[in-house]
Amino acid sequence: MTPLLEIRDLRIEGRSDEAWHPIINGIDLTLGRGEVLGLIGESGAGKSTLGLAAMGYVRDGVRISGGAVVFDGIDLMTASTEEKRSLLGRRIAYVAQSAAASFNPAHKLIDQHVEAPVRHGVSGRGESVEVAIELYRKLRLPNPEEIGFRYPHQVSGGQLQRAMTAMAMSCRPDLIIFDEPTTALDVTTQIEVLAAIRDIVDQFGTSAIYITHDLAVVAQMADRIKVLLRGDEVETAPTRQMLEHPREDYTKSLWAVRGYHRPEKPAPGPDSVPILSVEGVTAAYGEQVVLEKVSFDIHPGRTVAVVGESGSGKSTTARVITGLLPPKGGAVRFEGEALPPGYRQRSKDQLRQVQMIYQMADTALNPRQTVAQIIGRPVRFYSGLRGRRLRVRVDELLDQIEMDPAIFRDRLPGELSGGQKQRIGIARALAAEPRLIICDEVTSALDQLVAEGILKLLARLQDELGLSYMFITHDLATVKAIADEVVVMKEGQVIEQGPKTAMFTPPHHPYTDLLLSSVPEMDPDWLDKLLAERGVEALGEAATGKM
Amino acid sequence: MSLWIWAIGALAAIAALAWIGLCVARRLSGNAPRYRDMSYGVAFGYALALAAIAGGVWLWMKPGAVYFRWAVMGFFLCAAAAFVFRLAGRHLGPERLRRQFRKMPLTAAFGILVILIYAIVAIFAAWIAPYGQEAVLGAANVVPGGDPAMGGDPAFPLGTDRIGRDILSRLIYGAQNTVGLAFATTLLAFLLGGSLGLLAAVVGGWLDQVLSRGVDVLMAIPSLIFALLLLTIASVWADGARGLMTLYMVLIIAVIDSTRVFRLSRSVGIGIVVMDYVEAAKLRGEGMGHLVFREILPNAMAPLLAEFGLRFCFVFLTIASLSFLGVGIQPPLADWGTMVRDLAQFINFAAFAPMVALAPLLPALAIAILTVGVNFVVDWMLHRASGLKS
Repeated sequence: MTPLLEIRDLRIEGRSDEAWHPIINGIDLTLGRGEVLGLIGESGAGKSTLGLAAMGYVRDGVRISGGAVVFDGIDLMTASTEEKRSLLGRRIAYVAQSAAASFNPAHKLIDQHVEAPVRHGVSGRGESVEVAIELYRKLRLPNPEEIGFRYPHQVSGGQLQRAMTAMAMSCRPDLIIFDEPTTALDVTTQIEVLAAIRDIVDQFGTSAIYITHDLAVVAQMADRIKVLLRGDEVETAPTRQMLEHPREDYTKSLWAVRGYHRPEKPAPGPDSVPILSVEGVTAAYGEQVVLEKVSFDIHPGRTVAVVGESGSGKSTTARVITGLLPPKGGAVRFEGEALPPGYRQRSKDQLRQVQMIYQMADTALNPRQTVAQIIGRPVRFYSGLRGRRLRVRVDELLDQIEMDPAIFRDRLPGELSGGQKQRIGIARALAAEPRLIICDEVTSALDQLVAEGILKLLARLQDELGLSYMFITHDLATVKAIADEVVVMKEGQVIEQGPKTAMFTPPHHPYTDLLLSSVPEMDPDWLDKLLAERGVEALGEAATGKM
Repeated sequence: MSLWIWAIGALAAIAALAWIGLCVARRLSGNAPRYRDMSYGVAFGYALALAAIAGGVWLWMKPGAVYFRWAVMGFFLCAAAAFVFRLAGRHLGPERLRRQFRKMPLTAAFGILVILIYAIVAIFAAWIAPYGQEAVLGAANVVPGGDPAMGGDPAFPLGTDRIGRDILSRLIYGAQNTVGLAFATTLLAFLLGGSLGLLAAVVGGWLDQVLSRGVDVLMAIPSLIFALLLLTIASVWADGARGLMTLYMVLIIAVIDSTRVFRLSRSVGIGIVVMDYVEAAKLRGEGMGHLVFREILPNAMAPLLAEFGLRFCFVFLTIASLSFLGVGIQPPLADWGTMVRDLAQFINFAAFAPMVALAPLLPALAIAILTVGVNFVVDWMLHRASGLKS
């Protein structure tokens, strides 16, 4: 049988600085009917570009310079616009990373859903709506009868991602391209979406290309895995073989990332004064209470990880500690002394002691200031160093974060990579010579290899400078890697807290258990086992209407 | 009625031309992707452009179309000047400047050239102008062109006005008065509106409410009428002192225009204030000055500069219209708006003597070219600013 999709020696170039630079250098790809191919690689590896090229489409400023894309006997390189139009949406569908950004906020879900079948003449509107409701039910969306008649903002992120998958399925396509469909979701939500996608792909025998940077996820979804690196193929193999016996060094390094583990430091003595204690903090945005009686301590030189899903109040806790959101009740103490609630009332020295590193390095660094200005400002502000001595201090800080001052001192943030920007964010925090650094999801926007580098850097700095960290994250793998203590939060409350080893050994609080068991593992059977354990009902509110 | 039939007939002909052209192109090119995937709408656009060019050529041939011929010649002359200017920029001067010129579109080069010329003329008006702006030279109503047979005089190449003042000299001094005042006014409007707008964005709360509602009140009144009203009141205070009157005009227009600048800078500022780097600066304990001028202003510069260019045009036009209405720059100071008003009657002679009707068009043209030039430069800067972000 001929393969459904065949890509031969595909070359793609992108235009920047008035010249064409290669993005994909000659990649071959075949996809059989009903097969799921996983594409993995770091950002910039050309995964998304390749995924789009499989539809015969390239973004603006990008061109296909050679090779062929043949879908079911039709060469998409030479097909006319009309021909492609009749394929896209009808026989090839696309699920984007952020469903929230891909749905039109001005139309109801169902209207957007039925657009493709109606326009392609697959079925009339009434029939399409019925089919859509059936699909919603299959994807275990709550209230399948009604959910389609809501607007995108009235539906949660995970549900929206499933609705998008349903939309891609609306014409029963032969091929669906999933571009990181679960990257923006919490682990607990991710499970639901993964299970739903896999079920539906199995049921209809659809072929799929599944693009992701998360190996554990791709292990659950794909029959075969293709690893990309800077536009080149590293290797391709069936999932099990790839996981058990990776051939290339690069693949092995990807596999090894999750192995980084830092031993837990010994517990602080009974007379150790916590560097920061949060005592019964209650906070609210207007009337909406977002934190309820949150208490935990951070001891000197230790890392406390605060985990929870989005909306659990992790970042709000950080805002209370820094003084951006004065609490309604409770207090924040620094070395036993109560900090004033608002940052405006705090002294320069109090502000200096607690620094923050942000999730999005893009918005955390002023794009119009050079690296030297960004790092130099806190140095000058707090210690009053000027001229040559300021310069020496900035170079020292750049050395500490393993960046060459001669190269990077005068660069603007736009000229740095994601990992480098995050390092500058760290250097800016260090420049104040703080005792405590709050790290807000510092690695979640980074590739795994880069994230590992950042974690190792943070660990080294802690050893050298005796820093304490409050580490906000939703990624339990990160927690496992570097935390000493763990605080689990849900809906503004602390559910459980304790030393890491204790937290990761059963028995757990049921919610902690749910979080822990939802972290994908490299075992290709993990999702099956988990689903069998939990039973289908456990997939949350999804099934209540039906079961 | 027959005009309608003509118009519909022409459209139908163009539509048919597009369809036939598309079919022929597909056949001749062996169904190449370029023509195969071209939609009918695009083909119609090409046909329309072709028809417009044909119409232009026909008009050029017509004996009576003097102004059209001048306009076409002027267009090509400007394009050639801009091209030469850009070519010079690419090969002369320091390396940084050359790099700027290499990426510059022709429109931006034209805009910069125009602004440069205007600036030079305005600054050196006293040396360039052959006569004083207030000098009455005896020979009234001399026709432009300097041809004695047509009623001109070589001593006054652009002619004289009704009381015998040299139009060329007044045009040159007009650049100084009108452009200079407009520049000062815009600068004032930006200092006022820009700093208040950014302040409102950073502080927020009641200060933002008070400033924004105040601006809303000012904006609710039609600006030209409001300016007229205030100027009438001011003219009583000024009590005939010409310098004082001009100062009042600058202040009044600056305040009215600063409301627009306030709106823009506030909205741009609000977008920047929520960035993490501003939060980091706040948590560092930085003062208001550092926040506004170091963290926010550099990032708001691109839209504000673009707005500066546009605002300059509007202020400039406001001054010209106020002068046209008689309350702006006071005679005998030369000003383009006043000149258009004074020479307006000559436009009636356009049908018989194109040269005579040129007189009121010259100051109008001076206004138009500067406006177009400034807008070209603004467009280019906006484009560059948005390109830098990605």
